Amino acid sequence: MTLSASLNAAEQRRPSRFGRMLEDRLPYLIVAPAILILLLVGLFPLIYSLIVSFQRITMTENDTSFVGLLNYAELFRDTRLWASLGHTAIITAIALPLELLVGFLMAQLFIDRMPGRQIFVALLVLPTVISPIVAGATWRLMFDVRFGPIGQILSFIAGEPVRILWTVNPTYVYPAIIICEVWQWSPFMFLLLLAALSNVDQSQLEAAEIDGASYLRVLRAIVLPAIAPVIAVACLIRGLDLVRIFDIIWALTEGGPGSMTETISLYTYVQGFSQFETSYTAAISFLVIALLTLLTTLVLKRMELAR
Amino acid sequence: MRIGKLPARKARILAVRYLGAGTVTLLFLFPVYWLFMISFKTPDEIYHVPPLWIPGQIQFSNYYVLFKDGDVLAILNSLIVAGVSSGIAIVLGTLCAYSLARFGTGGENLAMWIISQRMIPPIAVVFPIFLIYVYLGLVDGYFGLILLYTAFNLPYVIWMMRGYIVDVPLELEESALVDGLNRWEVIWKVVFPMVRPGLMATSVFTFVFAWNDFLFALVLTRTEVITFPVMLTHYFGGQSNFWAKIAAMSVLGTLPIFVAVSVMQRYLVRGISLGAVKG
Repeated sequence: MTLSASLNAAEQRRPSRFGRMLEDRLPYLIVAPAILILLLVGLFPLIYSLIVSFQRITMTENDTSFVGLLNYAELFRDTRLWASLGHTAIITAIALPLELLVGFLMAQLFIDRMPGRQIFVALLVLPTVISPIVAGATWRLMFDVRFGPIGQILSFIAGEPVRILWTVNPTYVYPAIIICEVWQWSPFMFLLLLAALSNVDQSQLEAAEIDGASYLRVLRAIVLPAIAPVIAVACLIRGLDLVRIFDIIWALTEGGPGSMTETISLYTYVQGFSQFETSYTAAISFLVIALLTLLTTLVLKRMELAR
Repeated sequence: MRIGKLPARKARILAVRYLGAGTVTLLFLFPVYWLFMISFKTPDEIYHVPPLWIPGQIQFSNYYVLFKDGDVLAILNSLIVAGVSSGIAIVLGTLCAYSLARFGTGGENLAMWIISQRMIPPIAVVFPIFLIYVYLGLVDGYFGLILLYTAFNLPYVIWMMRGYIVDVPLELEESALVDGLNRWEVIWKVVFPMVRPGLMATSVFTFVFAWNDFLFALVLTRTEVITFPVMLTHYFGGQSNFWAKIAAMSVLGTLPIFVAVSVMQRYLVRGISLGAVKG
């Protein structure tokens, strides 16, 4: 478009008053719908929940008088709650480093170019994108004591029938959950670390190689510092997900045997939807939010310090 | 002599790497294969001891049952709920992101508040939302779930799209404004084509998040709009699980995700890392 033509066009398209008003308010106009929905569905339930947590509403009683911190005091006496927090901590503390390690090893394997790499990566990503419920169901099939292949393989290796009730036996139920979890999410770590590793400065690596530095030394001095920010982000994302783990456990063990693998999300669910302890559930919710906020802030602080 | 030796050594290393790559891939895909294979087995084959690693023949009766009983409606429900909510979240979220990126609306505080919305654990809000939904009569309906997933995905869309929009050169927009386009036209004709790849990738992820959600769907659906993950858990029962159904349903429910993600493979990294790693 030539200058005069564009000026002409601008002349013709002078906006009406209404159009100008729309344009003046535009920044706020286009933010409004999204923020409104977030306030409505995100913030409003939280405020409602906060109010309820100071009342005494249960399935049988609808007592809306305020009882102060009674529900919160109850939290400290609730051993099942602290046990469920413990279960969550165990799963997170074991699964997260394992996922990171497996993902890192996978990334090391695929870091150098090789024909067909894209196909391998595409296939390996599959576990991460499928629904956690499907992942749990799949591993329930795998672990089945009679019809699953894992028992069969173990029996073959041991040379005698091995019968392990993976999802019921207290000794094996945590390994089962963690295997499923690591299977599903190591590819996630792999994907992020592969991207991070390919961004490491090649000239530094070559220089180190010429100097004859050992693999471990190169890893410690060059590679790890370079990918540290990505590792931190990956751990933050996965850590938050692990703390609220629900789906996989629901599909694999439903918190059992007994309440042995009940995580904090499962316990909250039980309190809300089986016991209908409305006010108490609200109090638990805020404990969870407080813990997660604390955790996130600590991690973010450390990340900033490291930078 | 070294020159002669080097390719041989390189070939050996490559062979070892292929071996490693193949083993790892087999290991990770074996459970998927197992699920897939069971969906084609007859009941006799499923409950065969020791387990059979290859079905006798490929037969589709497990799928046929799902269609006959109307269980596939759960897939349809998931498509509707995930599709519509992603669409709304993308439109509203992108507009919001444009405002944040270009006008700095609300400053850093608003941006931080939006991303903090994503950090809220679903379990902490699902119960109050349930109570409110019961009060409003929104349980077990499309509208309630769509609204919820829209809200759930908005922070992600806004965060991602803000990143993509900031990358669009400001001069392009300015020259378009000089040419007499108004803001709406600038967004539609200049910015939109530039961020289209990012937009597509973000859409896929919002779709996947909504598709895979279990907790909200478990709480907020009953019989009418049951979604696919909830349907799947209905097949679990005490001692006997309906494995034929579980396997066939899982395959049907994974297919859309697999197609969507394969198409968007290039954008996977940036998408799942909340843009923290530019892939």
